[in-house]
Amino acid sequence: MDTVDVVVIGGGLVGSAIAYGLTREGRRVTVLDGADEAFRAARGNFGLVWVQGKGAGLSSYATWTRGSQTRWPTLAAALLAETGIDVQLSQPGGFHLCFSDAEMQQRDALLQTLRDDLDGNYPYAMLDHAEVAAKLPGLGAQVVGASYSEMDGHVNPLKLLRALHTAAQRRGARFVASQQVDAIEPAASGYTVRTKSARFDAPRVVIAAGLASRELAAQVGLDVPVAPNRGEVLIGERVAHFLDYPTTYIRQTDEGTIQVGDSHEDVGFDDGLKTDVLASIAQHAVRSFPMLAQMKLVRAWGALRVMSRDGFPVYQESVQCPGVFAATCHSGVTLAAAHALRVAPWIAGGAPPDGIEPFSGERFRRAQPLLQPVH
Amino acid sequence: MTPDLYDIAIVGAGPAGLAAATLAAAQRARVVLLDEQPGPGGQIYRAITEGGASRVDVLGPDYAAGADIVRAFVASGARYEPNASVWQVSTEQAPHHTVRYTREGRSLALHAKRLILATGAMERPFPVPGWTLPGVLTAGAAQILLKSAGTTPAVPVVLAGCGPLLYLLGWQYLRAGVPIAAIVDTTSAEDYRRAFAHLGGALGSLPALAKGLRYLRALKRAGMPFHRGARALAVEGDTAARALTFELDGRRQRIDASLVLLHQGVVPHSHFAWSLRAPHRWDDAQLCWRPVTDAWGELDVRGVFVAGDAAGIGGAQAAAEQGRLAALGALASVGAIDAARRDALAGPPRAALAKRLRVRPFLDALYRPNDEHRVPADDTVTVCRCEEVSAGELREVVRLGAPGPNQAKAFTRCGMGPCQGRLCGLTVTELIARERGLEPSRIGHYRIRPPLKPLTIGELAGTQGDAADAAAAQART
Amino acid sequence: MESLFRTDAAAAAPRVTIHFDGAPLSVPAGLTVAAALLASGARATRTTPVGAAPRAPYCMMGVCFECLVEIDGVASQQGCLTRVRDGMQVCSQHGVRTLDAAAQGLAR
Repeated sequence: MDTVDVVVIGGGLVGSAIAYGLTREGRRVTVLDGADEAFRAARGNFGLVWVQGKGAGLSSYATWTRGSQTRWPTLAAALLAETGIDVQLSQPGGFHLCFSDAEMQQRDALLQTLRDDLDGNYPYAMLDHAEVAAKLPGLGAQVVGASYSEMDGHVNPLKLLRALHTAAQRRGARFVASQQVDAIEPAASGYTVRTKSARFDAPRVVIAAGLASRELAAQVGLDVPVAPNRGEVLIGERVAHFLDYPTTYIRQTDEGTIQVGDSHEDVGFDDGLKTDVLASIAQHAVRSFPMLAQMKLVRAWGALRVMSRDGFPVYQESVQCPGVFAATCHSGVTLAAAHALRVAPWIAGGAPPDGIEPFSGERFRRAQPLLQPVH
Repeated sequence: MTPDLYDIAIVGAGPAGLAAATLAAAQRARVVLLDEQPGPGGQIYRAITEGGASRVDVLGPDYAAGADIVRAFVASGARYEPNASVWQVSTEQAPHHTVRYTREGRSLALHAKRLILATGAMERPFPVPGWTLPGVLTAGAAQILLKSAGTTPAVPVVLAGCGPLLYLLGWQYLRAGVPIAAIVDTTSAEDYRRAFAHLGGALGSLPALAKGLRYLRALKRAGMPFHRGARALAVEGDTAARALTFELDGRRQRIDASLVLLHQGVVPHSHFAWSLRAPHRWDDAQLCWRPVTDAWGELDVRGVFVAGDAAGIGGAQAAAEQGRLAALGALASVGAIDAARRDALAGPPRAALAKRLRVRPFLDALYRPNDEHRVPADDTVTVCRCEEVSAGELREVVRLGAPGPNQAKAFTRCGMGPCQGRLCGLTVTELIARERGLEPSRIGHYRIRPPLKPLTIGELAGTQGDAADAAAAQART
Repeated sequence: MESLFRTDAAAAAPRVTIHFDGAPLSVPAGLTVAAALLASGARATRTTPVGAAPRAPYCMMGVCFECLVEIDGVASQQGCLTRVRDGMQVCSQHGVRTLDAAAQGLAR
């Protein structure tokens, strides 16, 4: 059996971005991916590369997110050059629509706090209805205004997943599908990762298994308290391009389809759909852009976010099992650049990237008040 | 006055749905039957209430028999909801079931204690080069046209593929005086040899066999070119069909044609059962997925039954018997009749069903579609018509590591279009199975979710749901 | 180019007039739009949004979605599931549709 340097458990956006980054560092990588019908947050992403509004209560998250957003063009260019796949990164800025004066004030206050935390390095503006309507044609009358930030953008998350799989494999990574990992055990060469039908040995292991990370991480003394949080999304038919900018809940994809979200539901391991939620998402779409009422809904999905107890990522190397890392978040698209270009070199043996320390799982063990997750 | 809660809601007004509704209504259950067509009959008895005597004559005695089943339904007192595009069947409000449908710009809902899915069959996809060109239709489509205002080919037509429906259509065209340029039959000597093993069962259904032989004889006597054992079909043309080419005895043949009718059997239209996450199994004799049901047609999903071709291809008469059995199962299940009465009433339909199904193994073997017509060898062939995804691209993502249809869908968009995988699902499952060297049962199927038919955002926004949930959802936004 | 299909409707049977891409067509009442178009000489009735490929009705029973046309101003209707009506305006769809900002709020 060929020796590998790193076994990555999980071929979703986190796992494959890290795997790709590891291959860029010259590491030999095996990625263990789940079954065709597994819960895959990677296939349920909205596609935003989003900064504004994130990190309330933990400004290091805002900084960490920013650090990924600024590196995203590098990632996109590399993937295009190496695979021919254009993941359609577009960073024109983004809008968060508000439907009342109170909402505008709350939004402004939130973003101002973040701007203060980041010493002003946080561009945003509150725009009134007319200013927003000038940028977003067909804006509904019920929209009072919006916060706009030039930092924001979007990408095609499925093309991203395919590009990461392709690029990593072209650089020699091996992807093994339909694997379910049962255990990570110390071994002479480092660690043995045992699945139902096989064993994979390597000196380093990355647990990037989404909702399955919790149990695996516990085996190596890591605390990764993740739980499912369902989001439902509607996809309309392709329509002529009219939205130049993404908004938090509505964007027009590079395919021309209109994507509308979303929800945050505590329903356990259930990625089904709830009619009232779908209807409410549709109502929100019509309030935002009334002409969407005419658009055909072609499909809908529910996906389970990998939500940590406080909503922020977990990145940590095990002390008990040095060389085993956990990496999990619920913004796998936005953070893909950080994962490939900053986290992977650390996992490969380099120094931890600036700003990653607050995301250690140790924070859950300290007696801290629960932080409200903000997206 | 419409009740808030029906005993039984039935989706699909073909023979299974009609028979189920008629029987259940006769037992005084409150029944509603929904269908997206404007008139009852499903596809097989399409427009049965509209055509004149001469058209019914052209279409033949089997079609004419549908009039009785429709008449019985109309007289039954069951509520009938035509022009209803069902976009969701849901068990959210368990133990009751909800059927959501649109009609004329509004989304409406019905609730029932039990649900019978009688959504019938659809044509098996026929992914050969050129199958997406204008001028190429299914034989089933041509039959629907024939049933609608007697619409027939105005240009020489080629019928290609295999299966009883192909010969039936040819026979109907002969009776209607439609010139057939050629019949290109993919059934081979090998198919006959394989089917011979099931001849015993077939001989138990002599009428069915005799019918088929009659059609074939009439077609052969008519004298048009009748090519047997054709392989590797392809439609030639740039912006429209120009010719059909195929291989015969090792040589490539070509027939000029601007109208090509393809057919290689029908398969269950089972999207509704898939959307409820009901377990299915791969049937290698019928080369399709079939929902797992008990003797009454009940799915693993409590209170939901499947009847007719949607449960597995059996034909119109078998469908009617299955509809009756599902109705009996549902009636007993809601306590409208007791188990003893259910079993007593089930005797005749069960016997009739067994009789009707005896010929299936023979037909399935004889008309088994060719491998190359189910999984295109040519990488350029379009597999997903909606998103224009080729066989080659699918094979590429399987090599990239996609283990099944859902990852393949994520990587290629195959199955994301309006038809939601109806026309590509079987092809994708079998293609991936072939690529990976595994059985289709190991590969699986697309995840199917509502909306089962598109509806507008406006229609969805206007959907009424459970009041408390709606309020909670509103509070979140 | 001749029509692929024709109808046998008797001379006395009721007919309606619809328009397809502006051209008037006299068709038997009771036909679906898709059938009416095929029986009136239409070959391709749309081009696809992905590759601009010409397409025409294929299954005639509502599962293939090849028969999508614009009917009386409403885009992406399945022509095989809609009966013709006198005065109906049918347009072929080419590529993607454009949402009509002027028709805001119409839940159709």
